[in-house]
Amino acid sequence: MRDTARALPQQPPAAQRPMPSLAPPPEIPPRPAGKLARARSLLRRCWPPALIILAGLCLWELIVQLAHVPGYLLPAPSSIAADMAADWPVLEPALLVTLQEVLLGFVIAAAAGVGLAVLLHLSPVARRAVYPLLIGSQTVPIIVLAPILVILLGYGLAPKLVVVALICFFPIVVNGIDGLRSVDPELIRMMRTLDASRWAILRRVEFPAALPAVFSGLRIAATFAAIGAVFGEWSGSNQGLGYVMLAATPNLLTARIFAAIVLLTAIALLLFGVVSLLERIFVPWAPRGDRERSEPR
Amino acid sequence: MPSGTDARAGPPAIELADLAKSFGGLTALAGVSLSLHHRSRTGVVGPSGCGKTTLLQVIAGLLEADSGLVRVGDATTARRRLARCALMPQRDLLLPWRTALDNAVIALENRGVSRADARQRTQPLFEQLGLAGFERARPGQLSGGMRQRVSFLRTLMAEKDVLLLDEPFGALDSITRGQLQEWLSQAMAAVPRTVLLVTHDVDEALLLCQQVVVLSPRPGRVVQVLPGGGGFRGSRREIVTSPEFASLKKQALAAIGA
Repeated sequence: MRDTARALPQQPPAAQRPMPSLAPPPEIPPRPAGKLARARSLLRRCWPPALIILAGLCLWELIVQLAHVPGYLLPAPSSIAADMAADWPVLEPALLVTLQEVLLGFVIAAAAGVGLAVLLHLSPVARRAVYPLLIGSQTVPIIVLAPILVILLGYGLAPKLVVVALICFFPIVVNGIDGLRSVDPELIRMMRTLDASRWAILRRVEFPAALPAVFSGLRIAATFAAIGAVFGEWSGSNQGLGYVMLAATPNLLTARIFAAIVLLTAIALLLFGVVSLLERIFVPWAPRGDRERSEPR
Repeated sequence: MPSGTDARAGPPAIELADLAKSFGGLTALAGVSLSLHHRSRTGVVGPSGCGKTTLLQVIAGLLEADSGLVRVGDATTARRRLARCALMPQRDLLLPWRTALDNAVIALENRGVSRADARQRTQPLFEQLGLAGFERARPGQLSGGMRQRVSFLRTLMAEKDVLLLDEPFGALDSITRGQLQEWLSQAMAAVPRTVLLVTHDVDEALLLCQQVVVLSPRPGRVVQVLPGGGGFRGSRREIVTSPEFASLKKQALAAIGA
């Protein structure tokens, strides 16, 4: 305590002879400018993929129309859109059910994944014991586990959440552990000379340093989550987009299947967008270039 | 530490006797013996790769010596030395997710001081170091010299008796380095600590320290202990261009063999 007061006396030498001011004139760092500029950059990033999608849709429509492909084999984009509007009373509740499964399952996976990553990072013994099992668990196809989970947990929400969480869990844990382990050892040494406890090092250095890696795990997981929900629903359910697809198949309602696929894609994109937004908020120091590189164009 | 003033006349603040350290088959330090007085300033110079950084890390308690005695105050084990020394690393190692001020307060936070209190205690020094106005700047927005000052302040705020500085200005251009040397010599005169400064710059060691230890090429051992110009009065320019300084430098360069 007294040491701080003793460190560099507040008036004497410094006041008599001011320390040379080495500060360059304060300059405001270039921040991503106003809303207009941001919208423009968003537009710049979005138009190439939008153009490709549009071209693909046009080609698809053209082929279906010109070759007179029957609608139950391959519906044209226009008829999918028409079907989506007509079937909305069926699709909307299914969408909400699947969305709930995806979001809840993802949150469970994120919490469990980050938690386990920290635990395994803190205990090398636990890491050696659990890591091979973790990898081994990934060789079991989740789709064969789903029916077993339905038998165990019933037709409700629970087995779907488990399947979604199982699928999302792995990339989060692995990226989390890698992120925690790849922290610059010099930073940890620096903290040790500054009286940091193990907990302080984890909290103030390792965890923040691992956040970018954790978020890339979360982003990968976000793209898997919708798949998990559909697997879960296929194994036993009477609601959700997966169930809608399953029910539509024997009736050759192909346009409805495609409509469900479009909605599933929208769920995945939404989750991905939310994760990217959270990354922007929680990892503001990450170099922008990296982040853009890892985003789909 | 109320015993700070009493210990000045007592046993040396840092004592090394026949300290040896090797990594695998590589001997970094072979029998280093040194004794540093309380609140003295000592420079360590030597060719690159002679184990200067290893020496600091052993003293700081980050590494355990293979053999020999390492004592800092009354601490001989690595764990207890760690609690007595503050090491300023060669790279500034500022945390990019913390602002400049919050980087400087991290040692206080590690000891359980709340962030608000830690900021309050650090603020006056932050201003004295010419960093006023940059409290909330991220490290990436600071110049190299400013980052180094934040790093120094972070080390200082650990409030240890022993400051170990590992080439604090090695990565800076010579003009900035000169300014920071001037600034550091004032800061060290104002802050009575035991300082061990590792550098490859003979001028820097002579300018800032009262004695200069010359290490041999690997495996490092002490070749000679020379007087430094750390007690000289005057500005950096006056000291560096004085004949006394020139003769010290001649002596030192001869000892290094440069």
